[in-house]
Amino acid sequence: MEGSVVEAESLLARCKSVADVNVVEAELIGKRSRLAEVNRELRGLPPDVRRERGRRLHEVRGRIESLLVARREELRAASRQTRLESDRIDLSEVMSFPLDRGGRPGGRMGPPAPARGHPGVVQRTRDELEDVFVGMGFIVVEGPEVETDWYNFEALNMPPAHPARGMWDTFYLRLGDPETVLLRTHTSPVQIRLMQAQRPPIYAVVPGRCYRRDTPDARHVPIFHQIEGLVIDRGISFSDLAGTIDAFTTAYFGEGIHARLRPAFFPFTEPSAEFEITCTICAGVGCRTCSQTGWIELGGCGMVDPAVLGAVGIDDEEWSGFAFGFGIDRCAQMRHGIPDMRVLLENDARFLRQL
Amino acid sequence: MRVPFSWLRDFAPFDGKPAEIAGVLDNLGLVVESIELVGEGLSDVVVGEVLGIDPIPGADRIRKVSVSTGGQPVEVVCGAWNFEVGDRVPLAQVGAVLPGGFEIARRKMKGVVSNGMLCSGRELGLSEDQQGILVLEGAPEAGTPLTEALGIEADAVFDIAVEANRPDAWSIAGVARDLAARLGLPFAIPEPRVAGVEGPSQVGGLASVEVVDFDLCPRFTARVLTGVSVGPSPSWLARRLVLAGMRPLNNVVDASNYVMLELGQPTHPYDLDKLEDGKLRVRAARPGEVIRTLDGVERHLGLKSVGPGDPLRDCVICDAHDVPVGIGGVMGGAGTEISDGTEKVLLEAAYFDPMAIARTSKRLGLRSEASARFERGCDIEGIDRASTRLIELLSTTAGGSFEVARGVIDEHGVLPKRRRLRVRVQRVNAVLGSELDGRAIEGYLEPIGFSCSVAEPGVLSVEVPSFRPDTSREIDVIEEVARHHGYANLPRRRLAVTQVGHLTRYQRERRLVAEVLAGLGAHQAWTPSLVSPRDHERARMSGPAVELANPLSPDESVLRLGLLPGMLKALAFNCDRRQADLRLFEIGKVFPPPDAERVAEALRRTGSTVVDERELLAAMFASGSDDATTAVRSWTTLAEALGIEGIEISQGEWGELHPGGAAGGSETGWALMAGLHPTRSGQLVVTSSSGRLPPGVPLGVVGEIDPEVLEAFGIAVDGQDQTRVGWLEIDMGLLLGAAERRRAVARPVSRFPSSDIDLAFVVDDKVPARSVEASLRSSGGEMLEDVWLFDVYRGSGIPAGARSLAYRLRFCAQDRTLTDEEVGLLRRSCIDAVVSAHEARLR
Repeated sequence: MEGSVVEAESLLARCKSVADVNVVEAELIGKRSRLAEVNRELRGLPPDVRRERGRRLHEVRGRIESLLVARREELRAASRQTRLESDRIDLSEVMSFPLDRGGRPGGRMGPPAPARGHPGVVQRTRDELEDVFVGMGFIVVEGPEVETDWYNFEALNMPPAHPARGMWDTFYLRLGDPETVLLRTHTSPVQIRLMQAQRPPIYAVVPGRCYRRDTPDARHVPIFHQIEGLVIDRGISFSDLAGTIDAFTTAYFGEGIHARLRPAFFPFTEPSAEFEITCTICAGVGCRTCSQTGWIELGGCGMVDPAVLGAVGIDDEEWSGFAFGFGIDRCAQMRHGIPDMRVLLENDARFLRQL
Repeated sequence: MRVPFSWLRDFAPFDGKPAEIAGVLDNLGLVVESIELVGEGLSDVVVGEVLGIDPIPGADRIRKVSVSTGGQPVEVVCGAWNFEVGDRVPLAQVGAVLPGGFEIARRKMKGVVSNGMLCSGRELGLSEDQQGILVLEGAPEAGTPLTEALGIEADAVFDIAVEANRPDAWSIAGVARDLAARLGLPFAIPEPRVAGVEGPSQVGGLASVEVVDFDLCPRFTARVLTGVSVGPSPSWLARRLVLAGMRPLNNVVDASNYVMLELGQPTHPYDLDKLEDGKLRVRAARPGEVIRTLDGVERHLGLKSVGPGDPLRDCVICDAHDVPVGIGGVMGGAGTEISDGTEKVLLEAAYFDPMAIARTSKRLGLRSEASARFERGCDIEGIDRASTRLIELLSTTAGGSFEVARGVIDEHGVLPKRRRLRVRVQRVNAVLGSELDGRAIEGYLEPIGFSCSVAEPGVLSVEVPSFRPDTSREIDVIEEVARHHGYANLPRRRLAVTQVGHLTRYQRERRLVAEVLAGLGAHQAWTPSLVSPRDHERARMSGPAVELANPLSPDESVLRLGLLPGMLKALAFNCDRRQADLRLFEIGKVFPPPDAERVAEALRRTGSTVVDERELLAAMFASGSDDATTAVRSWTTLAEALGIEGIEISQGEWGELHPGGAAGGSETGWALMAGLHPTRSGQLVVTSSSGRLPPGVPLGVVGEIDPEVLEAFGIAVDGQDQTRVGWLEIDMGLLLGAAERRRAVARPVSRFPSSDIDLAFVVDDKVPARSVEASLRSSGGEMLEDVWLFDVYRGSGIPAGARSLAYRLRFCAQDRTLTDEEVGLLRRSCIDAVVSAHEARLR
């Protein structure tokens, strides 16, 4: 009987897989094994002998079983090791495989899942700006790109031939009488539409596409995007405007970036200001981007001119408000260091993929 | 406007560094765009006398020059040849730092040590001349500092961007007034004096003026100057003009320009001998009248309207024959200009209607220094001072026999009076958020010429100076208070908004659409909304588009009718750079042309829009094996993300889902299907009747771009015998605003096992798979948990023009395990339904 243990050791040593161990197990302790036979024989033996043999049998069986367990474990670990070795891959191979160039790696690389596309940088900038203002309690309003002279100019306190119109070079359309229908030069006509449609209080931002008949250069393209804000309520003052601009600036551009206002002229606001923000390149120390001033011009703002409120029938003694506007593309340009605005309209895949 | 710092000092004792002054100007809204430092870097430049010039052996372009600076001669190497022994030239000594930061060091060239540099006018920042060394006139003593020899003072020129509401700041004196007020310095414009030049003759005997149209020219004054000798201006005056950006011409014209720069009032000198009888007549031009202006251009007057309400009235100044000799307030004529032989001058100083000048200037495309000032509004009370100042200047420069005729011709209509405005202290503080009292407000206004008195408690009566015609309302005065108080000194307050900020559902879902498309591997493009009619043609988009009246180029001359042309151009751009392997999408507006009625309604200012602008989503699939199926898969992914239901693809005559309408125009107003592959594209149409849109309405298109259209845009992918580009275009307004949505109500999931059966049918190619599926769904009833197509087979055993569609159906009940019998019955009824509805055969 004790010989079985020795036999088991040598049999198991020859096993090369768990399946081999199973065969050996059947041979050693299975129903047709010698130990099973010994067990069956126990019934016919006298009690003392039976007890003694039974004890020995049990001990031998126990030793064999633990040998089986150990061998199985050994083989499992070895085969796992082999499998893991053959599984080994270099993940950096996958990283450097240009999936987004439509490369279709075969076999090991798996199926050609599409690389994720990139939302437009202008769109994303617009979304981020909207989110800041929504967080400050504003709603987002949109309006038409094709406008009438009245909404784009006249209602904004610029009667025909007003010198201030020269600030905006306008694309006119062949609709209606000459120079009555145009492509909006700013998002401000939406202020008028909004105030026509809704009584105060109004807290809204207006993002959208605008058009100016400017020859394209690194900082201007004839088609561009603006975001405009309009607040009309009781008791709104220039202090609210300055506080709002500053709060927005820090929320969007980050801690340490602030705004300052300086007098400017816009026909539709008075007092008017242009707002500058701490240069995001040098954090206000002074660099080439900000011409050593530490400040970068971002947009225009001011208290809504009483004439504008008058054009839409809002009592300027009861209500007051402010408006502000700036370029979305310009924000994107600043944030992402885009040297030339014209690339935005080229849609070059090498550019789109970056941002 | 270019403003020399030294000139500002004529009016107030300004001090301090130019950069600090510029900062103050900025905060007054007189934004300094640049500061030009003049005469800087000349401190170590002295006058040198050339003693000798010797060749350097082995060098044929440079010579050795010996220069005296009073003491020991200095040797320098020089590459210029325009001077001779005895000439006086500027010598930059070793250690000098020239304008622009160039430092002079001792250098060795061809074995000769150069102890400094002889300079050109350009190197010294004194002129643009770089042809040779600046040879000094008048033999100044060697060793004299150059600035002393040339009479140059170090100066700074501020280039100020003057805003449209600051007519007063179009003059040196006006800038000085604002600046002095802010700095608390005394400001005064010296009274011009004309002493000892008044002649015996009366102006009335030499000239006469008739103003016909006072609405165009409310005031016209004229004086006559005799015994004028025309010549160059003195150097100090010429230098100031140059610093301010004007070219000196002769003493008369220069004096006129000088006064305009200094006081903001343009004047115009005529050669009186070229005016018959000394007569001038001021009237509106007759349409089509022609004049040749000083710049030699023929101008056609009174013709082109520059906007609604333009009366087409251009002001002209005419001679005794009623022939125009000048465009009032804009530019004089060539016939009466001052020349070297001019002896008598008629000096015009007038006030022209700003709006009229603005229109004329725009109509003629002619802006002058004068028109820029008149259109913003000049100081009607400053006319006399300006002409007197001009005479004062000429009295020292126009020769010994210079005389002024007695009296002034002064023709005027009703002149604008000084305005008096009520300014409420409480209102000032309400607008600014400040806490200023009446005295503080007065303190800001008085120094800039607004005289204040207390009208009643809490209300100031403010008299607006005549040089501030822009100021007509209380709010205009409040702005002046804010400027001089300083925007930075106003408090900042955080807005307490009562409303809850939010995006509309449309705005939120539009972002989701972009996210889904990006997830499908597409980059977001931004293509121009302006295209050329040719682009539309190439994309097979027929029909008129809205045209621009004044396009920058023919390539961008109409508003786009769809996104296809722009996207194809973007793809072609990438194709040319061997990166056509690409998916792109765009969300943007398209502009179907409105009818005349719609335009007229929009012009009534009632809030309606000119064009029914449609926001579209377009996606283009050109990556790898992309084709129509990629586009359809993308659509189903998008619909799933948005929970859109009840939209099916209709492929023209192929099937029962055909909307019935023509495939061209539709309710969406844009050309559906234009430019798409005829047999691999379809419309996305509403099929259910439970949404907000009736069945049959198309929301968009999906499929592939017509290969001929791709060819027309020059798109071909290397190595493919046929380039396929998938296309999806959807009206976002209809999709997000009106399409039916999945009800977001949870249904219990059965706890009992389901049974699958597979059914394959042979059906005609023209039967859409989706309608077979629809038959299976309706006959499967509630027990049919799901059904999907898992195989399409064409080939042996299947007749031509037909294919086998294999579906897997999964049945399940909520309350029990279905028996084989039950599943068998369901199977039977599904088969019967498909066979009878689609003339199909079970395979």
